[in-house]
Amino acid sequence: MAWFRKEKSPRRPRAERLEIPKDAWEKCEACDHTDIREKFERNANVCPTCDHHRRFRAHEYLSLLLDAGTIAEKDEELVSVDPLQFPDYPARLKKALANAGDHDAILTASGKMDGMPVNLGVMDFAFMGGSMGSVVGEKIARLGQRSLEKKWPLIIISASGGARMQEGVLSLMQMAKTSAVLSQLAERRIPYVSLLTNPTTGGVSASYAMLGDAILAEPGAVIGFAGPRVIKQTLGQDLPEGFQTAEFLLTHGMVDQVVHRHHLKRTLGQLLRHMSGKPAATGWTAP
Amino acid sequence: MGTSLLEFEKPIAELERQIQELREKAEAQKLDLSAEIAPLQERLAELRRDTYKNLTPLQRVQVARSSRRPFTLDYIRLAFSDFIELHGDRAFRDDPSIVGGWARLDGDTVMIIGQQRGRDTKENIHRNFGMPHPEGYRKALRLLKLAEKFQVPVLTFIDTPGAWAGLGAEERGQSEAIARNLLEMSQLTVPIIATVIGEGGSGGALALGVADRVLMLEHSVYSVITVEGCAAILWKDGKSPEMREKAASSLRITSPELLALKVIDEVIPEPSGAAHADHEATAKAVHDVILRHLDELKRLKPDKLVRKRREKYLRMGSFTT
Repeated sequence: MAWFRKEKSPRRPRAERLEIPKDAWEKCEACDHTDIREKFERNANVCPTCDHHRRFRAHEYLSLLLDAGTIAEKDEELVSVDPLQFPDYPARLKKALANAGDHDAILTASGKMDGMPVNLGVMDFAFMGGSMGSVVGEKIARLGQRSLEKKWPLIIISASGGARMQEGVLSLMQMAKTSAVLSQLAERRIPYVSLLTNPTTGGVSASYAMLGDAILAEPGAVIGFAGPRVIKQTLGQDLPEGFQTAEFLLTHGMVDQVVHRHHLKRTLGQLLRHMSGKPAATGWTAP
Repeated sequence: MGTSLLEFEKPIAELERQIQELREKAEAQKLDLSAEIAPLQERLAELRRDTYKNLTPLQRVQVARSSRRPFTLDYIRLAFSDFIELHGDRAFRDDPSIVGGWARLDGDTVMIIGQQRGRDTKENIHRNFGMPHPEGYRKALRLLKLAEKFQVPVLTFIDTPGAWAGLGAEERGQSEAIARNLLEMSQLTVPIIATVIGEGGSGGALALGVADRVLMLEHSVYSVITVEGCAAILWKDGKSPEMREKAASSLRITSPELLALKVIDEVIPEPSGAAHADHEATAKAVHDVILRHLDELKRLKPDKLVRKRREKYLRMGSFTT
């Protein structure tokens, strides 16, 4: 064999490249900070760099706020129908059910928050923009009813563009329905705390969202009666910087506190313990 | 009254003009033209009846918005006596797009609260086209509580395209003002009767609309969103008549449809040629229906009244389990 005819060993395949899934990385919408998704998730989907509160799904709030193993979802069997035979509504519903899950625009549950039993409703913006139709109204009414029966505090986390157009005036009436339930709670002195997240506008903001014994908001959340686009249209000019944000509402006296998601559970617990005559979670110590 | 006619009203106006001309001619020339006039008048009555019987939902919206219809202050003048207006929310200012005060219905004191539109541009600017600011709803709340304090029934008149969407309204808490009224109205211990007399526009209407009885004038409409807004959001076209018509019919905003959905309790028929053809007759009809419902409601004890009102709203909605 000639010296120059070096025997070729068969080329070994290169070590398999690690496949990085496309959604492993996420980018903060506010500051463009890019990080692995897990890091966002571990941080309650708050940007580690700029503290921007990114969208948090309904079930994520449940596990953030309620003690593990105590969560019992309620009224999952309630399903939206098409009472007005509104164009395209069944198709839109089908799409929402496929993409956002089968809990409609609100997930309701009971469970314990640091040992204190509560009823918790969390709206899901992913389901038709968190729009309030008959199912949302009924779920809140039933949750409120359970609070009345058991004297458990009520918490509702809102994220909604408003009433669901496709159910017409029936959606509008859910504003009255939910308010009627809250008036019963008020009568029996059962505390109700409302948390406003991004966005909370229209019929939801003009009913239960603004009726809390305490009203909290997440940083940067857009909150208002009319959406910014509508107001811009009626004014014919740009809106002032920061208009209709949680911080704007705080300075205008419309909410009690703007609360970081990391402190949410503690703040809710503190408020509810004060309002239901329970001792502080940390116990009592002389000042 | 200086406002433009709707397209479908033009044949009626034309016939009215012909009759008027004949009358003037008869007067001027001392002629007896009653034989010519009578059939025309018969034809006019028929035309009015047929026109308003066959309105499309969008045409009903146009009728409901007409500035020739009777407004809240017209009903107060025609169906009530001894009215004294109360102004202001005691916090910020008086909102002229909501009027209210004490009045008498057949001798008995009632509290009236209603949205007020303007008949011409100048008055409309003053009244903000019947679109209240938060202080309007807070004035309404003050009057609701005042009525409760003195155990007097409340009658509301709904006539608004919606609550005002603007900087000041948002700064002063439009949402909270509306929400507060919904809550307070569902626990007020005196009878409440709400009557939709024109356009019932969304949350801005409902803020005066949580009641033991909700009545609607035949050609009024009540909707979760304006037909223009609905068409713009869903079909990206809030201007074309076709899309507005589609929205108007899809949203089920007419009085018979809402009666069928059990959102309202009774439709008050309008005179031939609709409410604007005869303010007095319309006011009389409204007066009579309100009086009948009030007689029923007055027999209920306060706690039962509130319980039944809440139960009514708790039943609203459509879903499967």
